[in-house]
Amino acid sequence: MARSSKANSHVAVWRLNLLRVMFVSLLLGLIWRLADIQVMNPDFLRYQGDARHVRQVPVAAHRGMILDRHGEPLAISTPVHSIWLNPQEIQATDKELVQLAKVLNLKSKSIKKKIEQNNGREFIYLKRRARPEVVAKVKALDIDGVALQREYKRYYPTGEVASHLIGFTNIDDIGQEGLELMHDTVLTGLSGLKRMVRDSRGNYVEGGELLKASKAGQNIQLSIDLRLQHLSYQALKKAVIKNRAKSGAAVVLDIHTGEVLAMVNQPAFNPNNRRGLKPSDFRNRAVTDLFEPGSTVKPFTVTSGIKSGKYDLNSIINTHPGIFKVSGHPIRDFRDYGEINLATLIQKSSNIGASKIALDMEPEQLWQDFASFGLGEATGAYFPGEVIGNMPDPQSWRKLDRATMAYGYGLSTSALQLARAYMVLGSGGILKPVTFIKTETSTQGRKQFSSDTMQQVLAMMEKVVKSGGTGTRAAVSNYRVAGKSGTAKKATAGGYADKRYQSVFAGIIPASAPRLAMVVMVDEPSAGEYYGGAVAAPVFSQVMTAAMRLLNVTPDDLPETQLQVAQH
Amino acid sequence: MNSDITDRRNPQSWSLTRSLFAIHIDALLFILLLTVLGVGLMILYSAGDQNTALLIRQLVRMGTAFVGLLILANIHPDRMRDMAYWLYGAGLILLISVLFFGHEGKGAQRWLDLGFFRFQPSELMKLAVPILVATYLAERPLPPTFTRLVVSLAMIIVPALLIAKQPDLGTSILIASSGLIVIFLSGISWSLIIGFIIAAASALPVLWYVMHDYQRQRVLTFLNPESDPLGAGYHIIQSKIAIGSGGLFGRGWLEGTQSQLAFLPERSTDFIFSVIAEEFGLMGVGLLLISYLMIAGRGLFIASNAQTSFARLLAGSISLTFLVYVFVNVGMVTGLLPVVGVPLPLVSYGGTSMVTLLAGFGILMSIHTHRRMMSP
Repeated sequence: MARSSKANSHVAVWRLNLLRVMFVSLLLGLIWRLADIQVMNPDFLRYQGDARHVRQVPVAAHRGMILDRHGEPLAISTPVHSIWLNPQEIQATDKELVQLAKVLNLKSKSIKKKIEQNNGREFIYLKRRARPEVVAKVKALDIDGVALQREYKRYYPTGEVASHLIGFTNIDDIGQEGLELMHDTVLTGLSGLKRMVRDSRGNYVEGGELLKASKAGQNIQLSIDLRLQHLSYQALKKAVIKNRAKSGAAVVLDIHTGEVLAMVNQPAFNPNNRRGLKPSDFRNRAVTDLFEPGSTVKPFTVTSGIKSGKYDLNSIINTHPGIFKVSGHPIRDFRDYGEINLATLIQKSSNIGASKIALDMEPEQLWQDFASFGLGEATGAYFPGEVIGNMPDPQSWRKLDRATMAYGYGLSTSALQLARAYMVLGSGGILKPVTFIKTETSTQGRKQFSSDTMQQVLAMMEKVVKSGGTGTRAAVSNYRVAGKSGTAKKATAGGYADKRYQSVFAGIIPASAPRLAMVVMVDEPSAGEYYGGAVAAPVFSQVMTAAMRLLNVTPDDLPETQLQVAQH
Repeated sequence: MNSDITDRRNPQSWSLTRSLFAIHIDALLFILLLTVLGVGLMILYSAGDQNTALLIRQLVRMGTAFVGLLILANIHPDRMRDMAYWLYGAGLILLISVLFFGHEGKGAQRWLDLGFFRFQPSELMKLAVPILVATYLAERPLPPTFTRLVVSLAMIIVPALLIAKQPDLGTSILIASSGLIVIFLSGISWSLIIGFIIAAASALPVLWYVMHDYQRQRVLTFLNPESDPLGAGYHIIQSKIAIGSGGLFGRGWLEGTQSQLAFLPERSTDFIFSVIAEEFGLMGVGLLLISYLMIAGRGLFIASNAQTSFARLLAGSISLTFLVYVFVNVGMVTGLLPVVGVPLPLVSYGGTSMVTLLAGFGILMSIHTHRRMMSP
């Protein structure tokens, strides 16, 4: 027994040693396998690992602000989160889906449908730019496959007041209209790139290696003065409502610099909530819509006459009997003004007087002088959708065309163009480009007319707002106003409509040292009054009265008593 | 031999002093175990998302397991031999009752709820099977006769099949190998061994039909994991990526992206080895494997120095089964073996296997420390 035990213990030891060798070789085999995976051929696996959790993610750049000339914000970007879902990784119970749907104010069925329809995709939005409390609730639900993305939402603090001018961006933060579109590249900046690590739920782990820094967009400081913008908005809106008009536009320009200080349109829209609006609602009518300027071009006709040397302040034009036939077509004045000088022509707005001057001129000369006011050419503002107006070729003019041209028919301008033309009157004959961007220096322009001629025409235009003129309601107390009203029948297909008018007032203030030019246009007033002097002129007066005070412009028309007080 | 033992049992007083003043423990094995367990806790902290509660639960289990180890180390191997049939019988009854009253966990029926704690009878069998086979074969001179061989094979196959039925293929394999190692060490002839291997190989196709669907799926996935990278192959691909990401020195503790970002499934239990590989690299896993080899080496030294056939067979089986654990787990996570659900010994999170493992080492210590009382 002892022997057999010994023999068998020998066997057992021998076999133990055999197994020992076997297991050591197995272990070496394992180490070989590990070395193969870890050291000799790891690249494929590492790549696979990275492919699973490393992503290059664009980093949204902060869009630049749009500010008014004093730094008041007109458009700002705030960071928000969008909620998205990966249809391939979504792991939500029915209960969780219902909770999610409730938080997002959606139907759980529609979310389910969305997932099914997009099951080949890795990314669908559930809610763009969700409110912070919604984001917090979604975060708390912590559903696999539902994640957040940081974006920027554009907000327009001034709402309706500057809506057409500023325009807006779309859901992807790209400028769609107005100055947002015009300066999109400057505002946008450059989105960066970040190498982000994702966990198995698809959520990005905080931090990450920045491959390319995002470059925030630049701020843009506009020439707009928010205070004037507000005043113009209020006054125009009031006028449009009071006169039951279809629409309206108003532009205020700084005569020294060519800067647009205010530009408003009616009806306006709320850029922060554009639901249900048509693209036509977004049109900045002051630059995109044309109208026939009517009598507001008469100062240009008179300028042309004086420049030709055929007319001066003492020239007398016979407008009797208040009707004047050109090629068989009657041209009428409001009443028979008889023999009048140029000042009365402007003051009373005589169509016959203006026509006679025009017919006395070479067509090319008249066309050239109108063009010198910037009619029929770009304003230099380059606003999206800007139109350059219509100035027909003088060689095609018939006699009647020359006559009607003199009082503003047969050509068309935008409100901005007309305001720019009035800037020429106010600046001593210099045509300047207009701009929406704040400029410190006064812009160089082209000298088109002599300062003397402009002085003479301005003096005539001052009479328009004085008693006996057509634009008395444009008067601003303590300031001299040079302006001109206009009332044009609306051109429609096949002629001019009978009872549809466009009422215009264009003016310059203060007349002694012009500072601002303003054009007000009201389309189709239908509450009875339709003369420019009745519908548009009050808007000019309201805005300019406040503007003079705000801009601290020295009064040039104080009554005697007040002057004495001022001198003491 | 029996008389030898009786002789060593006196004088009574001496035996009493020993059991009162000396704790039976093997210092070297004890230190090695503590080292691996300590490293294991560190890994678990990283793999378990730095969850201290998880760590504390594991520590409590370790404590319980060490109590078990100390108790077994101080029970004489002969007492275990006396208990062998009872232990095995009880285990078998429990295994059968699991089939009827067991609790399901992760799709398998393995647990028996005893009211105050849940118990996995298959863990008991991990020790009962080698103890019984070693007892049975050592009753008669070795090598065993053919009849005894067949009986001992039956002793192995019955629980192995019951456990495979639960289904728990991993434990079944471990139990079968613990028994088969005893038979191999008992000195059966090589011709018999080869015969068994051929028989087993020809039985493989039969095995395919008795396997559960998920087990078949695992084998298919093992053969070609890329066939279904998002489904069944997901575990093994993520695991290989984690291991491959580790390189020579690893990404550093708590720095493994695959594991920290939860791409790696079962990372605190069966796939914890991949976390070690990712965070500590080839160097780290090499050192760990060498530590395992040292533990098993100490066990085999104890086996070689054991003075009874029973002790030698049992010690050899326990030490080598420990290595089988390691190989199956590491083979599994590196894609060399199908995923059968064997934890990484001493490191993976989980209670029952920890208790059984340390109990096994307690038996080893008992065999070694009770040696002197059996020989002059």
